[in-house]
Amino acid sequence: MSPDPAAHHHPALAHHFADLEQQKEAAALGMWLFLVTEVLFFGGLFTVYSVYRSWYPEAFAAASHEMVVWAGTTNTVVLITSSLTMALAVRAAQVGERRVVMWFLAATMLLGLAFLGIKAFEYYTEFAEHHVPGPGFAFEPAYARHAQIFFSLYFVMTGLHALHMLIGLGLMAVMFHWVWRGTITREYSSPIEISGLYWHFVDIVWIFLFPLLYLIGRHAH
Amino acid sequence: MSDHILPKRTYYTIYAILLLCTYLTWQVAFFDLGALNTVAALAIAVFKAAIVVLFFMHVKYSTRLTWIVVVGSVFWLGILLALTFNDYLTRGWRTYG
Repeated sequence: MSPDPAAHHHPALAHHFADLEQQKEAAALGMWLFLVTEVLFFGGLFTVYSVYRSWYPEAFAAASHEMVVWAGTTNTVVLITSSLTMALAVRAAQVGERRVVMWFLAATMLLGLAFLGIKAFEYYTEFAEHHVPGPGFAFEPAYARHAQIFFSLYFVMTGLHALHMLIGLGLMAVMFHWVWRGTITREYSSPIEISGLYWHFVDIVWIFLFPLLYLIGRHAH
Repeated sequence: MSDHILPKRTYYTIYAILLLCTYLTWQVAFFDLGALNTVAALAIAVFKAAIVVLFFMHVKYSTRLTWIVVVGSVFWLGILLALTFNDYLTRGWRTYG
């Protein structure tokens, strides 16, 4: 009698995959397909932004001047650094260094929280300066109407980005727990890898948001 | 996504390039280059995104199927932008009346 085939299986290998390698590729591919929908989701907003900016370039430049540039720049550096710690966490998972993975995941989460903290400070500043679109909106009269469009887009795009950051933080918390309880091993690191893909994607969205929202016509003043 | 484990050095190098590019984006915004300001900002952003995708997201070492999906996302985004601007940028072109 032949031995039970399941005995040769890695416990993390789902039965519908031929081997761990195939399972890993399928997981990454599935995440990438999801990210395509995300690219087009944010892509729609970037398209709207481009249309309005091409219509009202002066108002957009004037509104962009009101952004807290140091905060945006700091946040860019914070996010890029979090992408580095994320990449190093994935690498540590691939080589099976459990404690290192946990350290880098913790660092990634801390940087993510720092980003959201700085973002919250910016929202607070903008609220205080009456730059939130609506009846309380105040801006130099010549540009007020169209600056409001800029700020609407700013809040929707960065808000949606922040929501993605929150989801990413939740994912990282789950990953941290999975590493801690030993679900993630050298052979089975897919969950961390595809969570990493998500985190890097959110970083890429910010890479585009930063120059488009904060740096329009900076040379003018 | 085969077991291609990159040396730590690769990640640090990419990180350094990303920081350098951020500094560049920030600096270039203070020069008056006219329409080229936007072009420069976007070119740097595209370059940054590309190295994140290739190295941090390991696409450089991924299967051809993954490549198709990644290129597909950019291609469809291109369609979205191209067809939209095909309309908006040409509305002022009066060839009649």
